Amino acid sequence: MKLFPIRGGIHPEYRKELTGDCAIEALPLPSRLYIPLQQHIGVPAEVLVSEGDLVSKGQVIARRQGPVSVNQHAPTSGRVAAVTEISAPHPSGLHQPTIVIEPDGADAWGALAEPITDPFAVDAQTIEARVAECGIVGMGGAGFPSAVKLNLGIRHRIETLLINGAECEPYLTCDDRVMREHADEVIDGARIMAHALNAPKIVVAIEENKPQALAIMTAAAQAHPHLEVVAVPAKYPMGSERHLTLAITGRETPARKLTADLGVVVHNVATARAVHHAVRHGRPLVARVVTVSGQAMRTPKNVEAPIGATVSDLIAFCGGFAQRPERLVQGGPMMGALLPGTDVPVVKSTSGILALTAEEINDRRADPCVRCGSCVAICACGLVPVEIAAHIRHDDLDGAARLGLMDCVSCGSCSWVCPSHIPLVHYFNYAKGALNAQERERRKSERTKTLVEARAARVERIAAQRAANLARKPKVVAATEEVGA
Amino acid sequence: MIGESPTRSGPFAHTANTVQRTMFMVLLALLPATLFNLYLFGWPAILLFAVTVGACVVAEAACLVLAGKPVSATLSDGSAILTGWLLAMTLPPWAPWWIGVLGAMFAIPLAKHAFGGLGQNLFNPAMVARVALLVSFPVVMTAWVAPHPLFTTGSPTLHEAMTITFAGETPDGVTAATALGYVKTELSRGVPVSESLQEYGRSSVLTYAPDLMDLATGFKPGSLGETSAGLILLGGIFLLWRRVITWHIPVMMIGTLFFMGTLFNAFDPTRFAPGFFHILSGSAILGAFFIATDYVTSPVTQKGQLVFGFGVGLLTWTIRTFAGYPEGMAFAVLLMNSLTPIIDQYTRPRMFGRTRKGEPLPVEGQR
Repeated sequence: MKLFPIRGGIHPEYRKELTGDCAIEALPLPSRLYIPLQQHIGVPAEVLVSEGDLVSKGQVIARRQGPVSVNQHAPTSGRVAAVTEISAPHPSGLHQPTIVIEPDGADAWGALAEPITDPFAVDAQTIEARVAECGIVGMGGAGFPSAVKLNLGIRHRIETLLINGAECEPYLTCDDRVMREHADEVIDGARIMAHALNAPKIVVAIEENKPQALAIMTAAAQAHPHLEVVAVPAKYPMGSERHLTLAITGRETPARKLTADLGVVVHNVATARAVHHAVRHGRPLVARVVTVSGQAMRTPKNVEAPIGATVSDLIAFCGGFAQRPERLVQGGPMMGALLPGTDVPVVKSTSGILALTAEEINDRRADPCVRCGSCVAICACGLVPVEIAAHIRHDDLDGAARLGLMDCVSCGSCSWVCPSHIPLVHYFNYAKGALNAQERERRKSERTKTLVEARAARVERIAAQRAANLARKPKVVAATEEVGA
Repeated sequence: MIGESPTRSGPFAHTANTVQRTMFMVLLALLPATLFNLYLFGWPAILLFAVTVGACVVAEAACLVLAGKPVSATLSDGSAILTGWLLAMTLPPWAPWWIGVLGAMFAIPLAKHAFGGLGQNLFNPAMVARVALLVSFPVVMTAWVAPHPLFTTGSPTLHEAMTITFAGETPDGVTAATALGYVKTELSRGVPVSESLQEYGRSSVLTYAPDLMDLATGFKPGSLGETSAGLILLGGIFLLWRRVITWHIPVMMIGTLFFMGTLFNAFDPTRFAPGFFHILSGSAILGAFFIATDYVTSPVTQKGQLVFGFGVGLLTWTIRTFAGYPEGMAFAVLLMNSLTPIIDQYTRPRMFGRTRKGEPLPVEGQR
């Protein structure tokens, strides 16, 4: 297959060898599981259970609210110990509503949705409804409700379902292992999704630094002529949805549009596997594979953990720390976020838990910018990070926006490549947040203005009416008088 | 307003590259040509080189102290050493000590720290210093000497060198013209370029007969560090290989210079020197790989770097050919430096998913 070049990109130290050959191991059931009501982009789910309730594995314990929201299920059988607030797996560490479950050890599935024996005979709505019911979100890290993305076939003509197995983030090997160990499930899930999207073609894109996954997936794809497994260059950020679409189809997603506007929908390999479980077995998303790695970890592993297991459970399973980690990160080192502690749970979008040493991070005091232009050369979005940062430093956020700040995907390549170690992404995230806040404030004041104006108009109208009524009254009197006369 | 506090945001991985490492690579790349020329011009050159670099470092330290900036951390980035080194390489090798010191004063406090220090200067500090010295002291700055390699007869001893560098007593009969200077002077006397080029080798004090080969290897009069095009090119290729610089500026600059030289030489060989002569003489190669490529004062976009390289090449040729000075590289670099911000503004890359004008791309076959 002919591939198309993407602009820029970097070659960080991948360090995938730490866990690349570690087969997926199941985490022993922890003593408590913590299931946040929001593990996804969108509206939090609403609690259905209360303290003391007995739940079975796979039972819906929180119901989704609207289309951009997902159900939460009990990851195992047991008792609801509490519905409380605990620290979220987010750098802020802010508390969020969470259901705490005490496993009973039986790990017994409850009544599940009926398996769909022939998913290719049912319509798209049935599959989408099943995916929504089973609480599936994008497992590559973004955590966007997958059912919404399976809906795109209604309004767009989808030509290609692109299964993202690029896994361009360093360290992470969870997708690699899923492809190597569950290739058939991934391909089946992909075929089901393609059916729901009415997409005639499926392309599985895997970075060429995963030869085993490529070989296994290619062999598994033999039986399906409309499914192609493609090796893409190992170059960060190849796994970015828009850039992968460009590399495979040669078409560039216009700004503020979706890849679906080009007839392409992108799903992660682990998501495809979750769809297979949901459709073929009626099983909701209650566990995921997490890469636990970093040189501060004693025994890096790929762990299949129930949703709600804490980070400390996974660290303990991996033998604890070999040395004190400088940073504890969830996700990959490029776009991942700092963990506020080890007491936070693994959620549906947790692809990795990294205990990194200072040497691995290699951060240092920022030096002045020497205008070397590396950030310009590597930016996959064609931006000029050095200039955008200069505008932000002088508090000219609108100037930064004019230079394309909002088109930045925060991939972190510019921060990585900067010889002066200037935290460019930090600048951009700050400015994006500030601009979004400004925009919200502007909308709010606009709304207030419309309301005030509407009220003024209403008051005026009422006053005018009253005046008109008053004016009419003497006329009525006059008329009466006339009659009387 | 964003603070400068240490952050805890990603990415949690960084390149091993640093500003310090970059500067070190450039110094390493300069080393072969520098060592060769220090050998070629002997002790006076070694003294001048040491004085110039030392003065730059002292000036940098003084500026940092006055500005209340961290001294040792900033000094260790190596940028002051590099500025001094490059300045020394463009000075006449037997120039007196105060040329080096005054040059350092122009380069560091005036051209660099007055603008805000590392990364803030609009003009290349070493070239500002060279041009300021050339305009202020035209005689001293064009007093070239013939090669006097160390350990050969006629090469000044350390003691003699002291009097040359620190007392300014240049012995008689050692001066020589650079090829560029000779050709220019002869042309003004009505001697065609094609003749003076052949004449140059046989001219009075020169014991070597430089042909194109000698221009390349560097056994010829010239600035302290610029005579060996071959060794400088070697350093330049090293920088390209280590990805410290990209090809855009050097290739465009040398290409343009060569093209203009060859083109006009084809029209009138009596008035215009050939392309090979242009790129192998003066500081063309040094300028292309080490001076025009200065990060701070050249464009950040690759397209901008092509424009910049083209401009430096064209201006160098124009000044050499039509202006009063035989060499124009330093002027050309400074002139293009002033255009860097505007070049950057007009050569921004096309943003992903947008047209050149910044509008979102149209959706093909919109449904």
